Amino acid sequence: MFSNLLLAIDGSDHSYRAAKKAIELGKLSGEATVEILYVLDGSKSKSDVLQYGDSDSATRRRKEMLQPFEQLIREANLTYKTTIILAGTPAESIIKHANNGEYDCLIIGSRGLSTVQTMILGSVSHKVMKYVKAPVLMVK
Amino acid sequence: MSFAEKIKKEWFGNVRGDVLAGIVVALALIPEAIAFSIIAGLDPMVGLYASFCIAIVIAFVGGRPGMISAATGAMALLMITLVAEHGLEYLLAATILTGVLQILFGVFKLASFMKFIPRSVMIGFVNALAILIFTSQLQHFVDETWIMYALVALTLVIIYGLPKFTKAVPSTLVAIIVVTAIAITMNFGVRTVGDMGALPATLPIFALPNIPLTFETLMIIFPYALALAIVGLLESLLTASIVDDMTDTESNKNKESRGQGIANVVSGCFGGMAGCAMIGQSVINVKSGGRGRLSCLVAGLFLIILILALGNVVVQIPMAALAGVMIMVSIGTFDWNSLMNIHKIPRTDAIVMVVTVGTVVYTHDLAQGVLAGVVLSAIFFAWKMSKVKVESVLSTDKTEKTYYVTGQLFFASVTEFLEKINYNDNVTKVIIDVSQAHLWDDSAVGAIDKIESKFEQRHVTVEIRGLNKESSKLLDKIGGLSKASGH
Repeated sequence: MFSNLLLAIDGSDHSYRAAKKAIELGKLSGEATVEILYVLDGSKSKSDVLQYGDSDSATRRRKEMLQPFEQLIREANLTYKTTIILAGTPAESIIKHANNGEYDCLIIGSRGLSTVQTMILGSVSHKVMKYVKAPVLMVK
Repeated sequence: MSFAEKIKKEWFGNVRGDVLAGIVVALALIPEAIAFSIIAGLDPMVGLYASFCIAIVIAFVGGRPGMISAATGAMALLMITLVAEHGLEYLLAATILTGVLQILFGVFKLASFMKFIPRSVMIGFVNALAILIFTSQLQHFVDETWIMYALVALTLVIIYGLPKFTKAVPSTLVAIIVVTAIAITMNFGVRTVGDMGALPATLPIFALPNIPLTFETLMIIFPYALALAIVGLLESLLTASIVDDMTDTESNKNKESRGQGIANVVSGCFGGMAGCAMIGQSVINVKSGGRGRLSCLVAGLFLIILILALGNVVVQIPMAALAGVMIMVSIGTFDWNSLMNIHKIPRTDAIVMVVTVGTVVYTHDLAQGVLAGVVLSAIFFAWKMSKVKVESVLSTDKTEKTYYVTGQLFFASVTEFLEKINYNDNVTKVIIDVSQAHLWDDSAVGAIDKIESKFEQRHVTVEIRGLNKESSKLLDKIGGLSKASGH
């Protein structure tokens, strides 16, 4: 059964849709735990600190960003847990975290980077699909 | 946490991660230190000695474990004129003075003054820095053949392409090795690091700068030292915040200011140029697993060992490879996020950012850009605050008029405020309701005085209503004085 779910998000609309699907999946078994996973890229720290002034404000903004996701899961009467990985590289950190735990399914949104960005960065979701051992649900 | 425990945690809490990350950082530091020396118009050794001294000293006295400090582009760009006009010895003296100024900054706990530098100025600062690093490389392309362009392109392809296949080795290092190997074996005869200056395989030695200790010397180096001190702290404290954020820990900003100062004094005494914390290298360090003080120490030590052992190989690195690395540094320094969001942020913030960048690019001086940005922000702020809203209501029997004032009353807003008061109304009493306003300075008190006296001349009674505590205190203090002196 899908009772232990990992939801990898980046705060985008894609990941909000992924969260909704994760809840649908979790409701199937009645009592499911959804772990929200947010990976903070090292270089994102730089742009966040520049944009919000200092580390404290950047952290607060991130928590604000995570709130709608937590609320969505809470309202669906499922248990949630939030994990933030700092100074990571999105694909690698998600893969490592997913493979270190026992998850029935990983749910991830397709982020829709532009062609150029994908060329340089590589697609996070493709890498994740390839290397995560648990089943992966990619939500478009 | 006791002192001993703290030391143990900061130094030996993460030995394996720190040593590995330190080695990665050292490899990335070498080409940058050489390139920054060349930007400043100095021998490569000056930047390498600086990186060695600063990294080692800051490991002990810095306030932000896990942050990497060494010779930087921001500082190199500030010293070009000094080096060109007065030479190395004056630069070393300026470096020591920079350190002294930074130590004072830290001792007097001025780090909190950084809050007066708006975010849009900081964003402008890093973007301008990126642009200057990029343009500083253009000179290496003058009168060069297609080979130079091809080698630079190859360097960039390896730097950005290799991580897609493996992240085991730093791609910058591979790029430099490959391009150097190609240039040597094909015997292209392109310019190399060796053509830009000497690189003796010796350890730095202690020597005070050989300059006349006169007031004149001080007047030459002081402006440079002040600019270096400010820019160095600006970048260091920004980097410290970024490392705070990446590691979810806190750091002591005043201790860091002091540490940067001590490191620069030592660097200047050992023949190195002034430096500061490096955003790019610190991100690399933390991402590679570096968290503690040991990482910066290892980076400094490994750097000097490599230079002593491989000095004769290093001189053969083509300038094309270094130019490629610098273009990568420039792309990495630029805050691309700010470009994507420029239409979303307030118009005035965008203008401040652009003016900061424009000033730096025009003057080639980061300090002047920051100053221009701060002044412009202050003007914008005063301009926004100077909007006062005044609504007037006439009583039913038309003998009394009430002005409701909303906003901040100070030197910039009183003119607008006074224009909205009509002295020619045929009334017997005027009420100025300032319950939604705040009186800030002498000009505000003066404006109230002016209204009172003008109406008094017309035999109209004036009542000031709803003064808040601070405003009435101010009115009592200054208003009483000016009235007494008026009679």
